[in-house]
Amino acid sequence: MKRWRWVALGAAVVFAVVLGLGAGSVGLAPGDVLAALTGAGDATVRTIVLDVRLPRVALAVIAGAALAMSGATLQGVLRNPLAEPYLLGVSGGAAVGAVVMTAAASVAPALVTAGAMVGAAIAVALVIAVARAAGGRFDPRILLMAGVVVGAFANAAIMIVLANAPASSVRGALWWMMGSLADASWYDVAWVAPLVVLGAGFLWARARDIDVLALGEDAAAGLGADVDRAARALFLAAALLAAATVAAAGLIGFVGLIVPSMARALGARRARQTLAASALTGAALLTVADLLARTLRSPAELPVGAITAVVGVPFFLVQLARIR
Amino acid sequence: MIAFDRVIVRYGGASRAAVDGVSFRAPLGAVTAVVGPNGSGKSTLVRALLGRVPVEAGRISIGGDDVTVLSRREIARRVAVLVQREEPAFPLPVADYVALGRYAHEGPWRATGAVTDPAVADAMETAGATALRDRRTDELSGGEWQRVRIARALAQGGQALVLDEPSTFLDIAHEMAQFELLASLARRGGAVLLVSHQLNLVARFATTIVLLDEGVIVAHGAPDDVMRGEVLERVYRWPLVVSRDPAVGAPMLVPLRAPSTP
Repeated sequence: MKRWRWVALGAAVVFAVVLGLGAGSVGLAPGDVLAALTGAGDATVRTIVLDVRLPRVALAVIAGAALAMSGATLQGVLRNPLAEPYLLGVSGGAAVGAVVMTAAASVAPALVTAGAMVGAAIAVALVIAVARAAGGRFDPRILLMAGVVVGAFANAAIMIVLANAPASSVRGALWWMMGSLADASWYDVAWVAPLVVLGAGFLWARARDIDVLALGEDAAAGLGADVDRAARALFLAAALLAAATVAAAGLIGFVGLIVPSMARALGARRARQTLAASALTGAALLTVADLLARTLRSPAELPVGAITAVVGVPFFLVQLARIR
Repeated sequence: MIAFDRVIVRYGGASRAAVDGVSFRAPLGAVTAVVGPNGSGKSTLVRALLGRVPVEAGRISIGGDDVTVLSRREIARRVAVLVQREEPAFPLPVADYVALGRYAHEGPWRATGAVTDPAVADAMETAGATALRDRRTDELSGGEWQRVRIARALAQGGQALVLDEPSTFLDIAHEMAQFELLASLARRGGAVLLVSHQLNLVARFATTIVLLDEGVIVAHGAPDDVMRGEVLERVYRWPLVVSRDPAVGAPMLVPLRAPSTP
């Protein structure tokens, strides 16, 4: 990937962040935003930027990067350009885990995230087992069908769990199933960020395994990879990234689908490049999507998952037509 | 270099073993070819060497060491395997693809990309792929792709090369060039183990031929000893004659037309 494209991607993230901090019910000029960020300027503006918008934008940046890296990893290991945590039911599994934990009257983020992680790991195992039983975990269509089934099951489970839960104590089913960054706080950012850094660091270190596994299992074994172990570790890291995001922001689909393809279209080839370019692109994309979610029908809020789905579905159809 | 010793492989649930007591060696400095009809167990031998199918009994060794005590990386540093079907899920620049051959030499947590590794340039030079280095893997013709794959295998730096059906998609010139390359690797002291359907080519290039049928070795030896009409006819279940090729006099198989029914 050419250097100027990395610079452009970085600039896109900065631009999206400044836009996200400036736009909203109170419009702020980029100058005011920068002043507030450096601790200068009007006190009200500082409150809006630092306490209201910045945590939300930060969470969008982190979640967008995490979902994109999760998708890039799943696509490489499963050799499938349509793989991503939402379509494979991984995010759904994470949401079930998170909802069960919340409904069990524990709202400690660590426990909610742990529940999400367990749910996501189970969903990964389930999808691969279903696809294998149906005759091909590397057949893109069979894998997707398995993911859709697991995802539908997850949605049903969320509905059932939340039907009996007191409405005041839990976030609504819609919040989980459509995704939202509206509740973002510094508290959310503080516990999501380390998990995402952990998952991203692992993927960065093991990116070579993704490259090798993308050649196919037998070829990877011939190159010296411990195929099953490497794939398992990468699936878990991808699940962790999705689970942390889901616990903080609910189900946000299609980011993990679209972004790695965009990264490859920009010239990212090796897994490390693809991961880095996906992280930047995903951060910018979800920040803009969240900006649209809160401004398009202002003062009403749209679920950010609805925005990403509206963009993602046509893209998915184009991709589906391309695979043979 | 590579030795199979009374190896038995049975796929889960199958009553008949896919490979049933196969013993042979692929020594350094020689081209050893495994031939046989579809389903005779040729590819299963390769997958057993890769540890991708459970070996029920017997022993596979590389350089005298049992593969079960070697790590996958150690095996990959000694033997490069080109499996039958391989396609990157996402296209890579050729140089990056060849550099994947250095995977087993990189530390588990260090991922350099290794494109600058001299072994990568050497491998591309030997395989005649240097001119392709900036192309993308999805833009290559069948012959170019095969050269690039061999370069990747050579970049692994081992002494042995195993190829499963290496010339399936190649025209005559590319096929001959590839077999010449394999023969030259053997002349330089490497061990080449080849699984192939191309009996006539194998008869000209291989030092030793192993003929498999239903998981069992039915003939094993120099091409002249294995390429015998009555043996091949029985194994392939098709009428054929074995003649001599007019150019170099190597044994040559000619399948006959099916007897016509009036």
